[in-house]
Amino acid sequence: MTALLSIDGLTKAYPGVVANASVSFAVQPGEVHALLGENGAGKSTLVKMIYGLVKPDAGAMSLNGAAYAPAEPRAARAAGVAMVFQHFSLFAALSVAENIALGMENPPKPRDLAQRIRDVSETYGLPLDPGRMVGDLSAGERQRVEIIRCLLQDPRLLIMDEPTSVLTPQEVEILFHTLRKLAAEGTAILYISHKLEEIRSLCDEATILRLGKVVATCTPREVTAAHMAELMVGKSLAAPRRAATEPGAVLLDVRGLTLLPASPFGTPLRDVHLTVRAGEVLGIGGVAGNGQDELLAALSGEVPAPGAVWLEGADVGRIGPDARRALGLLCAPEERLGHAAAPDMSLTENAVLTARRRKGLDRGGFVDWRGARVFAQEVIAAFDVRTPGPDVAARALSGGNLQKFVIGREILQDPRVLVVNQPTWGVDASAAADIRQALLSLAQKGAAVVVISQDLDELLEISDRFCALNEGRLSEPRPARGLSMEQVGLMLGGAHDMHDVLPAEEGAQ
Amino acid sequence: MIRLIKRPTPSRGWIVATPVLAVIVTMIAGGIMFALLGKDPFEAIRIIFLDPLFDDRFAAYSRPQLLVKAGPLILIAIGLSLGFRAGIWNIGAEGQYIIGAICGAGFGLAFYPSENVLIFPGMVMAGALGGWAWAMIPGILKTRFRTNEILVSLLLVYVAEAILASAATNWLRNPDGAGFPGSRNLSRHAGTANPELLANTGMHWGVVAAFIAVIAAYVLLNKHVLGYQIKLAGQAPRAARFAGVNPTRLVLLCLGVSGALAGMAGLFEVSGPAGQISIDFNVGYGFTAIIVAFLGRLHPVGILLAGLLMALTYIGGELAQLMMGIPASAIQAFQGMLLFFLLALDVLSNYQIKFGREAVT
Repeated sequence: MTALLSIDGLTKAYPGVVANASVSFAVQPGEVHALLGENGAGKSTLVKMIYGLVKPDAGAMSLNGAAYAPAEPRAARAAGVAMVFQHFSLFAALSVAENIALGMENPPKPRDLAQRIRDVSETYGLPLDPGRMVGDLSAGERQRVEIIRCLLQDPRLLIMDEPTSVLTPQEVEILFHTLRKLAAEGTAILYISHKLEEIRSLCDEATILRLGKVVATCTPREVTAAHMAELMVGKSLAAPRRAATEPGAVLLDVRGLTLLPASPFGTPLRDVHLTVRAGEVLGIGGVAGNGQDELLAALSGEVPAPGAVWLEGADVGRIGPDARRALGLLCAPEERLGHAAAPDMSLTENAVLTARRRKGLDRGGFVDWRGARVFAQEVIAAFDVRTPGPDVAARALSGGNLQKFVIGREILQDPRVLVVNQPTWGVDASAAADIRQALLSLAQKGAAVVVISQDLDELLEISDRFCALNEGRLSEPRPARGLSMEQVGLMLGGAHDMHDVLPAEEGAQ
Repeated sequence: MIRLIKRPTPSRGWIVATPVLAVIVTMIAGGIMFALLGKDPFEAIRIIFLDPLFDDRFAAYSRPQLLVKAGPLILIAIGLSLGFRAGIWNIGAEGQYIIGAICGAGFGLAFYPSENVLIFPGMVMAGALGGWAWAMIPGILKTRFRTNEILVSLLLVYVAEAILASAATNWLRNPDGAGFPGSRNLSRHAGTANPELLANTGMHWGVVAAFIAVIAAYVLLNKHVLGYQIKLAGQAPRAARFAGVNPTRLVLLCLGVSGALAGMAGLFEVSGPAGQISIDFNVGYGFTAIIVAFLGRLHPVGILLAGLLMALTYIGGELAQLMMGIPASAIQAFQGMLLFFLLALDVLSNYQIKFGREAVT
């Protein structure tokens, strides 16, 4: 059997970084092929070259034995290559059918198109009403729009970039069912992910990238996840560990927090209750856009929440971020550049951003720049932030290094309560392990830690108790130990309106 | 194909070099314009930039004029730069300048003919308060009703001009002035005069205030928490809120300070160089100060230099009109080129320019 897509020595360099160095592999028809690697390993650049978005510096590709060098995505689509991006490109104010028609070269009549959408969605178990507004759909449903848009082109190769990051575990199962069915019909799937268990359950072959090079290939079903992680990272990772501690007094108490969103696209918080004790890590899971940002803003003090936020028995709902920091309630938001740190300011200046009060970095209203520089250096040293020094602008750091700086800046201030949103998002595996360990050590020293994250594995690994945020409502917390993925998925709200269409064989497995 | 690549950190070298380069490119482009008008470009550039300072015939008159013109420009631009740094766009300094002048002059004239030494300080205070109050209108409208401060502050300039016309022809008109518009002459009355402090330097209290403002702004921006918060709010508004900066307070503070400084500048002008409230005593310093603020990179020392340079082009421009018959509009175009080239060359400090082809990414 000849390979559907074969890639030979693809190289692409950007100023200062080689994104892909002589990458070669082949995808067979009907194969689910995983492209595995850390952030920055070069997966995205590679698929962008296959999809015609980026031109390779060197190397060749062939599709079905013929030379293949798409100049633009349209050429790639014409050749039978389709791609579902991590970030959707849909218009919220248009219907599903209208969105799909916009992406087509020659859209059929609206009525015919709606029928075709219904046919495809039924065939592949992806229920979708062509008449609904995209703005009303959940993230999982929006992804279905993108997938159906691709399937209408009858692709021979479907590329999926991190498709499960926005899905609940139940939705992931449905997606996998669809992908398996497609593969059985002969469509090849190039599946990009860094989630090892998913790859083990779905993929036939895996190509592992590290720093732009192919470092290994393997058959995921035959190796352990730990083995693949080592290949991906290049060293073995220690799981974070901690001694068992008895939770102490309640430090943070949120009582009936109800909040209207500041923007029309925000999520309202509905009667959120939570308590966190000294020495405890509370994990809050949830698919993006279910109120995480709003919850963090209410806890940090960016949005006032009178009477709803209590710190060590005192109502802090009315006071602003700086006053809350003085009392020991510290936060690290998800967005590093622009929210947790000012992009064009140096690390020294960014150290002052949150540490001014607790580290005494001002005297009589004047900033103590020498002290700030010393503190920035402390953070850099303690958290292994790779940077030439504290005078470098924040935007010059890689995402992972800046994240280490942001988390380190808060932890070194010795918080009573630390709230972090997506602490390891976009951070490479070894840095992520360091950050998790630092959070656990902080809790062990008697602080209360709240971790808001979409990475369920991470939450189950470090949390004492786990609860889920779903459409602005927070579930009852449960002990994290012994919680199964299925239970977690149900806490997250399950699969949106999908229960009745779960195929029979899925239940039998 | 020319490509722009964003620098990881803004180039410090280019930040300093672009204003100098902009002046040079303006000289070249302006020279071409003068040549097209049939004037000798080299002579025109020399008259604009060198003769006011070094020519024996003009220097005695024009050297003091340098400080007289630069003083209000610097004072206003320093105030504006604080707001511009924080992303608060006060475009109406001209209006605050006028209202400050009217309030300060009104205060002084109310005590006429007393020559009490406290009157002049009182006038300065009244001028600052007037400018502050005029700037509070866009400030409060912005913080309460989310109006756009650019539009409101700009439109209030025309309101201020209407008030000025009414003051000069009506309620501040000189009772002994035989019905001519314009107030009593403040600069010729001991109680209200803002005199030249050192003979033949052009140095008056407004210039002193401008220098103090430069130093104060430098300290504020580099050493004080408030200056840090101003910069933070301008660069990353969300991070500023996260850091605990109160946006409402910052808007009112920045607009208030720039209004007060513009009002003071107006008072110093009307009690010194201009001499009296007249229908057109204002000559657009409030608008030119916007150019000065940007030409000086919103940096206090830069504004000091930019103010002097701008004053020079004013004086030299007048001289060129006089000596070579270059039309006034060509001089204005020349000044406009300066801001244009500065903003265009700004790209260099944030981007690297590369030549050659590259795939679209």
